[in-house]
Amino acid sequence: METTTKTNLEDFRLETRKWLEENCPASMRKPVRDSNDFFWGGRNAQFGSEDQKIWFERMLEKKWIVPYWDTKYGGGGLSNEENNILTQEMARLGCRKPIFSFGISMLGPALHKFASEEQKMRFLPEITAGKTWWCQGYSEPNAGSDLAGLQTKAEDKGDHYLINGSKVWTSYADKSDWIFCLVRTDFEAPKHNGISFLLIDMASEGVSTRPIKLISGKSPFCETFFDNVKVPKENLIGTLNDGWSIAKYLLTHERQMIGGVGETDIRQELHKTAKAYLPLQDGKISDGVLRHEIAVQEMNDSIFEMTIQRIMDEAKTGVNAGALSSFFKYYGTEQNVSRMELLTAITGSEGLQWEGDNEDAKVQVRRLCRSKGNTIEGGTSEIQLGIISKRILNLPS
Amino acid sequence: MTLILNEEQKMLKDSANEFLAMNSPVEKFRTLRDENYKPFDKELWQEIVEMGWTALTIPEQYNGLDFGYVGFGQVLEEMGKCLTKAPLLSSIGLCATALVKSSNEELKNNWIPELMNGTKHMAFAQDEKTYFDPTSIETTASESSNGYLINGSKIMVIDGGSADAFIVTANTSDNETALFVIDSKAEGVTIHTETLLDAGTYANIHFNQVSIKNEDRLSDKGKGDELLNYINNTAAICLSAEMLGIVTEAFDQTIAYLQERQQFGKRIGSYQALQHRAAKLFCEIELCKSVVIKALQALDKGDVNIDKLASLAKAKLGETIKLTTNEAIQMHGGIGVTDDVNIGFYFKRARVAQRLFGDYSYHLDRYARLNAY
Ligand SMILES: Cc1cc2nc3c(=O)[nH]c(=O)nc-3n(C[C@H](O)[C@H](O)[C@H](O)COP(=O)(O)OP(=O)(O)OC[C@H]3O[C@@H](n4cnc5c(N)ncnc54)[C@H](O)[C@@H]3O)c2cc1C
Repeated sequence: METTTKTNLEDFRLETRKWLEENCPASMRKPVRDSNDFFWGGRNAQFGSEDQKIWFERMLEKKWIVPYWDTKYGGGGLSNEENNILTQEMARLGCRKPIFSFGISMLGPALHKFASEEQKMRFLPEITAGKTWWCQGYSEPNAGSDLAGLQTKAEDKGDHYLINGSKVWTSYADKSDWIFCLVRTDFEAPKHNGISFLLIDMASEGVSTRPIKLISGKSPFCETFFDNVKVPKENLIGTLNDGWSIAKYLLTHERQMIGGVGETDIRQELHKTAKAYLPLQDGKISDGVLRHEIAVQEMNDSIFEMTIQRIMDEAKTGVNAGALSSFFKYYGTEQNVSRMELLTAITGSEGLQWEGDNEDAKVQVRRLCRSKGNTIEGGTSEIQLGIISKRILNLPS
Repeated sequence: MTLILNEEQKMLKDSANEFLAMNSPVEKFRTLRDENYKPFDKELWQEIVEMGWTALTIPEQYNGLDFGYVGFGQVLEEMGKCLTKAPLLSSIGLCATALVKSSNEELKNNWIPELMNGTKHMAFAQDEKTYFDPTSIETTASESSNGYLINGSKIMVIDGGSADAFIVTANTSDNETALFVIDSKAEGVTIHTETLLDAGTYANIHFNQVSIKNEDRLSDKGKGDELLNYINNTAAICLSAEMLGIVTEAFDQTIAYLQERQQFGKRIGSYQALQHRAAKLFCEIELCKSVVIKALQALDKGDVNIDKLASLAKAKLGETIKLTTNEAIQMHGGIGVTDDVNIGFYFKRARVAQRLFGDYSYHLDRYARLNAY
């Protein structure tokens, strides 16, 4: 990689700032309230607003959909330093991501590490162009925390695999174009050694989905069924029966994402809301218990952000941060949950409105419900604590 | 700016670790305690001076190393691990910092060289009450013909029993906070030492009509509160660095115990109830590491957010050190409450460190106030 001098980087920062100011529409700088505010891309891409379209297309032209991937895959080819600057400048202006994509945050890193060059050329440019909407087929009804117990079967039929089984919790399965899937290819081997990592076109014959309704209401999650689905052999990533290493690698990226790494935009200042809603005494929140809880939340939120930065900085010097994704996942989601609980306490009866015309309140109460899933999805808090104790602290089994 | 140590800082940390493991292991702490609570070992102090640690935060113009507080914090962290006793925090972290920051050139020139070469040490006398409340000062400094008369009492003065001089906070007749340098042998000064839970000796000092010169006033007119606030921020951050050492060492010893102790035919570290508690501690300690380095960097940069960062650091470390030392004892079982093992020392030192320069609730409240709620 080219080493960029400090002055070059300063220039890059100024240019980037100017470009973002000129090109990011005002409505794309408002905080994201829920997943409906994102553009998801895909074959049947639909923009939520004209501004969303403009923003996506400008970023696409600039090759900043995935600014840090290689240009041969449609990335922006930015160095780490440049990419950090872009992230910082986007955060400074509150710019939304132009697209929300599991292709970028989860599958991409796994393809980079495990796919053949041919597969990379086939799948990565589609991701950077926002043309494929990817979903994740990991969990099954009887394989949740014990993911390696999965039973969806892929039989070798010569020129293709034949898939039978079902997945659950597949986010956006009903809207996705493709699914990255864990399947069992060896039923005799110990459970971790018989799994393979397969990419499946959701338009294939025999794939069907059924939505799941959550406590927060309608949800993007689905059950996904595979009934004699034929999948070409070239869709196998990595080595047959060695899919577990890919699965784990991908999970570290998923966990960092869920833990909120790089998502500074959604951490809001609780105390400002609190001061608007709660009685004050000499400018202080007079409910001493709530004031204490807010201070603890904000203390840990802000130190957690420092910690993300510190660990990222360490990772750049070659310290292995892999198992630390469990720390990010655990701590970040526990913070989310307690933040939503506090926000609900602060906003009182208004924060409980399920129906009515107060749109903000309705979104917030659903976010409270949705946050309960944060400490479950991507591996529960208990599972993360287990990984920390075994892989980082080396405690015995 | 990255939140990691640079090469030089890393080297300093490693050399401190090596030096202290050799010259000041925890057994040394035990010996000092058993020798009637000896405050510190003079030979070790001279070696510390030779290592250059007393010069780390001193600017070049006073012949210091100008290495910065990040480096100083690494040394304190390592000292925390070994429970090393030396007047480094009191004399350098607090008093030399105060001198450097002041504009009284005479006091600076008189004292900084002697503090750096370790021939003398100074202690910082501010507390008057059982709780930390630095701004309501009852000690008075009334103007006299060619200076001031100091009257009042201070408590919990770190290393105050052996100090050559004190930096004292007092209230002037126009109701202003001011800081003074007072010789410990001055007439009217009585010193009484007390041993606290951590086997450290702290001084209670009484000032009765102590007469000092105008030139011994360290803070400029109208600047006393600012200087005091700066010292207390520095103190909170430096002590947080020491506390980080205590936290990590108590944690590491506990993890080692979980890996070796067997009950019910299995190592106790295999029990999930303990694993999850250990993993939670690990997370809190990760946060502690970040806030300490961030706050130390802020001291070096002269960051405008220093008040908030000092309170964040001391609050977080105060919370985590309590949790960690309690869990450490509990997970050691019966042996954890015996004087034979060292883990109890960390708990004892922790409780005193928690109180010094403001405890968890003081700093959490201050953090909320600084954020205007
Ligand atoms: C909102 C949401 C979105 C999701 N999105 C996806 C997705 O896109 N793709 C996908 O593949 N999956 C997805 N999941 C599934 C998710 O990964 C699983 O729900 C999760 O791994 C837990 O599995 P489970 O629900 O079967 O719970 P279980 O494994 O049955 O766990 C039940 C309880 O037992 C505890 N437990 C289980 N084993 C242990 C153990 N060994 N030690 C201690 N405690 C234990 C758990 O922590 C939990 O508290 C999603 C889940 C949610 C809630």
